Amino acid sequence: MAEQILDRIKKIVVDRLGVEESEVKPEATFKDDLGADSLDVVELVMELEDEFDLEISDEEAEKIATVADVVDYINAQQ
Amino acid sequence: MLTGKHALVTGGSRGIGRAIALELAASGANVAVNYSGNQEKAEEVVKACMEYGVHSFSVQADVANEKDVKAMVKQVTTEFGALDILVNNAGITKDNLLMRLKEEDWDAVMDTNLKGVFQCSKAAVRPMMKQQEATIINISSVVGVLGNAGQANYVAAKAGVIGLTKTLAREFSSRNIRVNAVAPGFIQTEMTDELGEETKEKLLAEIPLNELGQAEDVARVVRFLASEDSRYMTGQTLHVDGGMVMP
Repeated sequence: MAEQILDRIKKIVVDRLGVEESEVKPEATFKDDLGADSLDVVELVMELEDEFDLEISDEEAEKIATVADVVDYINAQQ
Repeated sequence: MLTGKHALVTGGSRGIGRAIALELAASGANVAVNYSGNQEKAEEVVKACMEYGVHSFSVQADVANEKDVKAMVKQVTTEFGALDILVNNAGITKDNLLMRLKEEDWDAVMDTNLKGVFQCSKAAVRPMMKQQEATIINISSVVGVLGNAGQANYVAAKAGVIGLTKTLAREFSSRNIRVNAVAPGFIQTEMTDELGEETKEKLLAEIPLNELGQAEDVARVVRFLASEDSRYMTGQTLHVDGGMVMP
């Protein structure tokens, strides 16, 4: 289950940020390691909301810094 | 020129909004006509749009209401499959001299004319960002630039629209969403028909081209901003006012 979620997240991040899948490691930060600007992060959050059919509040969205943060958040919601 | 594009015009049931809806339809765009109260008028515009052979439907929403607006944008993207052109046109007036201006009249005008632009843009940008190409056109007003005694609420809202336009243009330029404004001068509509003769004469004296504008004059400029012809323009305010403002 967790693997599958990670794969879905990876696909979105690769699509959105145009990075290599190998770069999307759990500890990778969106802004520093994956080169996302603040609008990219907003967009990612929107995509994740659509993909996993949930609503991520602004407070929660602000806490998201790394790929692992997203995995943990989605896992907690499922 | 706009064939295959999908547009949403707020306040599209009459006046300038109606002319914009028809102009976009005449250029080949499918048009969703938003209205707040007058469904009958909105349906008339829908019918007139469809005569150009495009898809059109009406959608009720209070543009200042987040829930309404989200549902409206959802309906548009579901029906059309995309949203390429948003025209934030919905506006009201509640005129009075500042000393007599009621708080509720200030709030009502701010809600529709300024907050409405925020709400609709925010909701529309979501599908637009995915498309990587779209345009937003906000309708401001000449008085938002010049000021006008007796319209503190309207002027403040319309001046706000110009600032909001510039900010949205900067925020979404990287997603190829262009955001521009049109500032009509005194256009012959129900809104300006209410002005007294004396006021109108004074007005004419201020207009270099010496006549009131027509809603179609504004609509043609909106069509330009909606089209590829203006691809290198964003954050701009175009003055369609017979020369009243020469920035």
